[in-house]
Amino acid sequence: MSTALEHPTYNYKVVRQFAIMTVVWGIVGMTLGVILAAQLVWPQLNLDLPWTSFGRLRPLHTNAVIFAFGGSALFATSYYVVQRTCQTRLWSDKLAAFTFWGWQAVILSAVITLPLGYTTTKEYAELEWPINILIAVVWVTYALVFLMTIKQRKTSHIYVANWFFAAFILTVAVLHIVNNAAIPVTAMYSISIYSGAIDAMVQWWYGHNAVGFFLTAGFLGMMYYFVPKQAERPVYSYRLSIVHFWALIMVYMWAGPHHLHYTALPNWAQSLGMIMSIILLAPSWGGMINGMMTLSGAWHKLRTDPTLRFLVVALSFYGMSTFEGPMMAVKTVNALSHYTDWTIGHVHAGALGWVAMITIGSMYHLIPRLFGRTEMHSVSLIAVHFWLATIGTVLYIASMWVNGILQGLMWRAINPDGTLMYTFIESVEASGPGYIVRLIGGLCWVVGMLIMAYNVTMTVKRGEGARQPLPQTA
Amino acid sequence: MDTGTFRGIITGLLILAFAGITWWAYSKRRKPDFDEAAHLPFAEDDDEFANRDKSASQNGADSRKRYSSKNKGDRNT
Repeated sequence: MSTALEHPTYNYKVVRQFAIMTVVWGIVGMTLGVILAAQLVWPQLNLDLPWTSFGRLRPLHTNAVIFAFGGSALFATSYYVVQRTCQTRLWSDKLAAFTFWGWQAVILSAVITLPLGYTTTKEYAELEWPINILIAVVWVTYALVFLMTIKQRKTSHIYVANWFFAAFILTVAVLHIVNNAAIPVTAMYSISIYSGAIDAMVQWWYGHNAVGFFLTAGFLGMMYYFVPKQAERPVYSYRLSIVHFWALIMVYMWAGPHHLHYTALPNWAQSLGMIMSIILLAPSWGGMINGMMTLSGAWHKLRTDPTLRFLVVALSFYGMSTFEGPMMAVKTVNALSHYTDWTIGHVHAGALGWVAMITIGSMYHLIPRLFGRTEMHSVSLIAVHFWLATIGTVLYIASMWVNGILQGLMWRAINPDGTLMYTFIESVEASGPGYIVRLIGGLCWVVGMLIMAYNVTMTVKRGEGARQPLPQTA
Repeated sequence: MDTGTFRGIITGLLILAFAGITWWAYSKRRKPDFDEAAHLPFAEDDDEFANRDKSASQNGADSRKRYSSKNKGDRNT
């Protein structure tokens, strides 16, 4: 990285590092997803090796896309937004650098330990205790850098995006530490301090709030900065942003039990989780409407600006999946959808449609500015990436809807004498075509990310070249 | 007081707090402050230009940007 790119006031170095790693981990995580999708079509692709089996690669895929890709994107954008809206440099360059290297170390240890089979078996919290301690240290440092930067701000207000980032950082610290409380047995084996139904409830209190705060509040912070910037107009309603922020924070905490419908969890807790999940529709749509309405009077920009298209389609998928979520949390709907591919489709409507699209839109805004340029190397390649991502997401979601409803109906079909109409393997066979369509959707995404990597590389090269005192040919 | 009553009171207080936040956010007195806050992402556009690659100034997006920076009002026509 050329020193000529250094900003006089802000620390852009750490933002650049995280932004580049967002693209790198995005490719790694999504490629793992495609390998897993292919294994479901052709099981022989697990190569009959323990390290490449579905059960070990699946947590690696989820950790890579959520914490490596999504996490790097959140670090990059939160550090960028907090500096620009507080008009001050990060509180500590050294600690910010520590969060970058510490976070990369966490990801590398996941890449090594998960295929080797070290796991706590807690979904989205599979990493073993020594890595968990490192995560906790890095995360507390992140909270310190972020909050102290807000404290030393030169502006009187704390912009709404920073509220969302701060809530995300603080809540994830609490969730991670509480859910991973465990007694170490050996260097790479520990036992959770919770047991039975309590363990399940703590796990899904963590699991759903990882969705609510890591994948929602954090990315809403991103939305509240990059959508107004790219649309070149302030957020539609600042009041609405405050009200839906507090509503989201208060309600999300209670939605976890909907992951445990019809289990050993007390029935009242299941019903409470269902009701709170339905209420969540309101604050979720508050954010979606606020983002969408920011574009009023700027809709024509969508014709020429594929970056804005990424951001707006992300909001559409956010609205769609936050409608689908409360619906699936209703116990009677859940009786059909739970344990089927519908759940996987719903997760990816949020993960690809909302999280990845808002991230990619934000990166296309951010990366040229970090490297001293006005625009990405090729705007038409952004458009190509946009269409690949959109088509990929639609293929993915549609095939999983079909598969999920098919599986749910087959599992509950009963003969007149009360026996099951289908064996489990028959429902697996019936899912085959859907798995192929899902694989195609995933391939669209990986190709799109590779195009992005090329575009980013060219932008970075040209950005550094532009610093040379040579006549430019445009 | 049993646990159920205590939880009920907490829930009631949270509802009141939320109603209070909503009332506060929508009160007329907050409007100028919120307008100022909503413009924070645009406070440093000049600085952004100073740090930019001048060679790309004929670029479409750049001219769009300059055009619209003169038109902060609603152009919903």
